[in-house]
Amino acid sequence: MARELETGNHAAGYALAVAGEANRTARGAICGAYPITPQTEIVEFLRDFPFTKGRVVPVESEHSAMGVCIGGALAGARAFTASSSNGLAYMTENIFAAGYYRLPIILIGVNRTLGPPWNIWTDQGDTLALRDAAWLQFYTESHQDLVDTILVAFRVCEDKRVLLPGIVAEDGFVVSHTQMIVDLPEQDLVDRFLPPLDLPHRLRGRSVTVGGMTYPHETERHRMEIQAAMERVPVVLAEALDEFERVFGRRPHGALSAEYTEDAELVLVACNTMVRTLRNVVRRRRAQGQKVGLVKVKMFRPFPRREFARAIGSARRVGVLDRNHSPGSGGIFWPEIVTSLRDRPDVLVQDYLVGLGGGDVTPAVLEEIIDDLAGRQMAEEPLWKEVLT
Amino acid sequence: MTTATTAPHELRCDGILRPGNTNCAGCGMSIGLQWLEQALGQERPTLCIPACCGIVTAGAFPTSAYGVPTVACTFASAASVGTGVSAVYAMNNEDELTICWTGDGGTYDIGIATWSAAAERNEDLIYICYDNEIYGNTGGQRSSATPQGVKTSTTSRGKTEPKKDIMAIAAAHRIPYAATLSIAHRDDFMRKVQTARRMKGFRFLLMLSPCPTGWKSEPGESVDLILTAVRCGLFPLYEVFDGRRYRINARPDGTPLEDYIRRQRRWRSEQLDLEAIKAQIRENWAYLETMARVFPARETE
Repeated sequence: MARELETGNHAAGYALAVAGEANRTARGAICGAYPITPQTEIVEFLRDFPFTKGRVVPVESEHSAMGVCIGGALAGARAFTASSSNGLAYMTENIFAAGYYRLPIILIGVNRTLGPPWNIWTDQGDTLALRDAAWLQFYTESHQDLVDTILVAFRVCEDKRVLLPGIVAEDGFVVSHTQMIVDLPEQDLVDRFLPPLDLPHRLRGRSVTVGGMTYPHETERHRMEIQAAMERVPVVLAEALDEFERVFGRRPHGALSAEYTEDAELVLVACNTMVRTLRNVVRRRRAQGQKVGLVKVKMFRPFPRREFARAIGSARRVGVLDRNHSPGSGGIFWPEIVTSLRDRPDVLVQDYLVGLGGGDVTPAVLEEIIDDLAGRQMAEEPLWKEVLT
Repeated sequence: MTTATTAPHELRCDGILRPGNTNCAGCGMSIGLQWLEQALGQERPTLCIPACCGIVTAGAFPTSAYGVPTVACTFASAASVGTGVSAVYAMNNEDELTICWTGDGGTYDIGIATWSAAAERNEDLIYICYDNEIYGNTGGQRSSATPQGVKTSTTSRGKTEPKKDIMAIAAAHRIPYAATLSIAHRDDFMRKVQTARRMKGFRFLLMLSPCPTGWKSEPGESVDLILTAVRCGLFPLYEVFDGRRYRINARPDGTPLEDYIRRQRRWRSEQLDLEAIKAQIRENWAYLETMARVFPARETE
């Protein structure tokens, strides 16, 4: 493997490119490319990549970027693109279409706050707004996590037991524009890990109308099939991680990872780069003797409810860090956590809205949250970070 | 006979538009689809069809009135989905034809940025707009293809703005081929589709498509209405090569505009100004004749 100093975006572009190139023995690679900060370097990287069999189409909008991916995937190619924030919002109609067409397209969501007011920094509201779109969703904490998860996502999404698209999210700027040493897997290993795509319902001279009209009972069946495919993801993901470890010699995190939770009294839940700050704070508290743990939720769709209920162990207090906001509700991870713990009325779950619009989620903020959670008699409505400080 | 138990790979392509579809009587699009099939002979293109009557034509799953691979695209996406399909066929060295089959809503309005971009990239697509001058399957609302003076469900007193000149917009992209199609001129229709088929790149075809439901016309008169539209000069038949060289295929023969207008109740509005329309027709023709004289198509085209 090549260990290189790379930005998150170039690392993601590389992972997409080698995944696409791995399909050169089948029907090739296709990408609709459109710039938006902080995603732009990904599509720039892809436009420069010398695909053996592939095309990166410079389109006029995100909506068309996903349109090109849809057409290319239907014709049998491995399809991928990247976007952020309002670009994802503009793409949304075709994002839903790609899910309902059952096309295993991979989209890098470089998290950026939705506007207006305009803000280019990270929060996860843009990709989380797509949670109902029949896409798998993965949230990554580092450059290496990003690269590995992109490759895993292709393998899981293209598996015939799944056949759904997937979003792999990275924090804008914090990952996208910083450099870290990262293992960039060589092509021959990626070729071993990603079998050629064989989309069962691709266009192949059959008189099939893809996406035509259905009546209610057929639509219901279609949605039930998507739900069943989502429910098969944990098994397929576990197999993919085993295979990843065999091929690349390391094992990425799965749907979630529980750290310091065995005897934890309170657990904090986070995604993306917040996990890394939180991990340091938890270690410090552990060194001081406080029984604190953390759960990194990497896979938001399908949400790993059963695994989460197990992951918190015997903890009776759970604090959710939501770097997103659903107006009129609160954080978007929070109701998922509450639902996952519906058989645990003894557990106090408090939601914390942190780092919206890219505000720094510092160790000091996390220390305050841990103290608040530890001293709390009951949960209340989602708390804004500003309320605490 | 295709039955519910037929495996998908056994679904043979047997032509573009199958009999037994639910299209309205007198639908110009139906005739266009049949003539498209006749023009292409044994070729079985892939169709990309956005939201429009053209996809309602397919009928309900699991049946389809289309005997060729067809993608029901989102409204603005025929040309982007078509780009992806066509690109992957090409990279696999498959000489498969991809056709975007779209209405005026998907072409003049919501999809214009998408096909404009595909035209600018000169994607290998035949893009056909069947223009019935309204949003048809939503019940007949105005589009930017609706002519001035026409009543629709959103212009109850008649549309006040003139129709958009989509052919001029297409030609301005300097695409290899742009042409108008008439369902009353069969040889001309066949020749233009076949001309487009022989070319590579983005080819734009515009077909005026009667909609008896929306036009409030007699279904049996649809073909004659288009014949009249061509003869009175309202719908010129012409071709533009590389966006620059013009050829006129049929000229007005003195047929009165009124012969076209009075057979459609959609024109009975306060906004109708026959003399203004006639003046526009004269101007259009002066422009076309000038272009065809100064920038004529080559003999070989």
